[in-house]
Amino acid sequence: MTLQTIDTFQTQSPCPSLVKSPPPLRVQSLVKRFGQTLALDGVTLELKNGESLGLLGPNGAGKSTLIRSIAGRVTPDSGTISVFGSPPNSEAARDALGWIPQDLALYSSLTCRENLQTFGRYNGLRGALLREAVDRCLHWTNLADRADEITRNLSGGMKRRLNMAVGIIHRPRMVLMDEPTVGVDPQSRNHIFEMIDRLKQEGMSLIYTTHYVEEAERLCDRIAIVDHGNIIAEGTRDELVRRTFGPRSELIAGFARADQNATFWVEDRGGQMIDGTARFKIDHPGEVANLLNASTLAGMEISDLTLRRPDLESVFLELTGRELRD
Amino acid sequence: MILAIVRTSILALLRDRGALALNFILPLALFSIFALVFGGRRDSTPRVKVLVVNQDTSAFSQRIVTGMKQAGSLDVRTRPDSINGSAQPEYTIATATAGVREGTAPVAVVIPPGLGDPGVEPLAGSAGHGEIRLLEDISDPVAPSVVSGTLKIVTMRAVLEDRTDRLRDVPDAAQHRPETPAETPRLADEGIAVVANNVVGENKRNPLISFYAAGIGVLFLLFSASGTSAALIEESDNGTLDRILSSRVAMTSLLLGKLTYNSMLAFVQLVLMFIWGWAVFKVDLWTHIPGFVVMGITTAVTVAAFGLFLASLCRTRAQLGAFSYLIILAMSSVGGSMFPRYLMPAAMQKAGLLTINAWAIEGFTKVFWRDEQIIQLWPEVSVLLAAAVCFLVVARVAVRRWEAV
Repeated sequence: MTLQTIDTFQTQSPCPSLVKSPPPLRVQSLVKRFGQTLALDGVTLELKNGESLGLLGPNGAGKSTLIRSIAGRVTPDSGTISVFGSPPNSEAARDALGWIPQDLALYSSLTCRENLQTFGRYNGLRGALLREAVDRCLHWTNLADRADEITRNLSGGMKRRLNMAVGIIHRPRMVLMDEPTVGVDPQSRNHIFEMIDRLKQEGMSLIYTTHYVEEAERLCDRIAIVDHGNIIAEGTRDELVRRTFGPRSELIAGFARADQNATFWVEDRGGQMIDGTARFKIDHPGEVANLLNASTLAGMEISDLTLRRPDLESVFLELTGRELRD
Repeated sequence: MILAIVRTSILALLRDRGALALNFILPLALFSIFALVFGGRRDSTPRVKVLVVNQDTSAFSQRIVTGMKQAGSLDVRTRPDSINGSAQPEYTIATATAGVREGTAPVAVVIPPGLGDPGVEPLAGSAGHGEIRLLEDISDPVAPSVVSGTLKIVTMRAVLEDRTDRLRDVPDAAQHRPETPAETPRLADEGIAVVANNVVGENKRNPLISFYAAGIGVLFLLFSASGTSAALIEESDNGTLDRILSSRVAMTSLLLGKLTYNSMLAFVQLVLMFIWGWAVFKVDLWTHIPGFVVMGITTAVTVAAFGLFLASLCRTRAQLGAFSYLIILAMSSVGGSMFPRYLMPAAMQKAGLLTINAWAIEGFTKVFWRDEQIIQLWPEVSVLLAAAVCFLVVARVAVRRWEAV
């Protein structure tokens, strides 16, 4: 599926006098509790103009709470949020911000066009501006030929695309995307990726939450790893891997019998046993032979062995001791 | 397997408070309300308010008035309530007629001058001089019958007492034989002629239809407003509300938008109901358009605000369903949508004043039945609009939970 050409999503380019203007997003020491649950534990982050920042973390890590705080839908207990220098609930912030929630927040009995018109009006668009925005969004989502289809009759992927379009109907300068690919098939996911690429090309600043490593790597310039309501690491993919693993590689070993003896044996050699799979950090390939010899001597039968450069999944595992999809 | 299904169903029921209320609390509550409204409390028989114009000064007419006052079924008023402590003059035909037309009482009794004179023959069936007149509002079909029946008993008793007194005053009464009726008025009487005059809606073709149109209309308007207000809960559940509130739309604007839409919908429903009433039941809609518009808009705004009020207090659609079902049926039964208030016990009639239904029905009755001027609707319009403002304020406070958590 190819994307049709669209006019532009280009946000106003910063003129020289605005070079020192506030960044799209600045979050400082954000704390939010829901009863006994500490959802955000002092989150601090900043987004640069035109940058796409991925918030990578498992379910319940606090990503959505952070996004909802930025969108003004959650009131933090402490800390500050500034959207282009304005507080999240200000009119300036609302105009500058687009929010694509995880839920399909659409009127299912309205058509695609009517949904876009409705939310366009809610965002202050009228007349020709509204018509132009609706057409632009229909083309961006490749839903122009389904414009008058009742939303509830659309496929899951189409609904997701419409959900995204509604979030950017008013041409925001920054977009918050909260797991926009949840529940979509691979083809629709690729389509969504292309839509996001297009926004990036136009210079829009993005925050993208996901628990899929491949999405974060594919779409984001910078990645913040979120766990237990805090950002535990931040940087580009390579920076995160380098900071966590250095020049070392990762050796992943599967055991025929992943019992307690195997766990003791792995931990004795500085590895981690997670979900029946052993992970070792090794400085050079020669260590692989040593480990194999040692396992043979200890009577451990290794059934599967992989040597690889660590990825973000490895980084997350290394930093939290848990899988991303726990 | 069957047990597993039963167990799952029980668990689901126990975790759904709305369904629990619907299944167990609602029937008890409705049963209690209906028992109070329609049921057999010992003191539940309502006393019919009746205005008495006594133009006669005889002891006989006084006996009739006293007898009416002693009758448990009547609440007799011979003069209007005091104003600022100063007693009002006794009712005349003009003030009593006005009282019935304004709805102060459904019936007035006029005792003509000379009824107790010895020369008058007030036999049943006579007309003109010597008959007691009832000035009725037939929108209350029961009150005139109650008054008429009571009056027959009371007059019969007065005749007998009068006869006894006369016999006592006449020596050797047993041997005395009256020669002419003039000497013994009322002695042979079997009752006093009671002639009814309808003083409200004399020219109405179908007197009670407008009452039912208003009563049933308000009942369904309330249900409809509750249903449309449920959209607020739906929007909260599916995330649309979050999205709306993250746009330029503020919560107050959102509520006012919903209020406007729900009011328009309610007004259209009322229009349809009264047009249907005109087309099928000959409700005189077209000569009452201004009053209908005033009461229609007022009622529509109030029920719309009430719907938002209910929705704002509920967390789920199930809760709203159970809660609104209970409140609306209770309000409608006490407020006169299902059963005329004048047939209810006095306490229930007063309780009815706490409902939208009672004020709306009273307003429509003033318009369609009593042909009152728009200015006369001020009590109903004021109360309903004040209620609407209160509902809206409470709803606004309650929906703060959706603004940001």
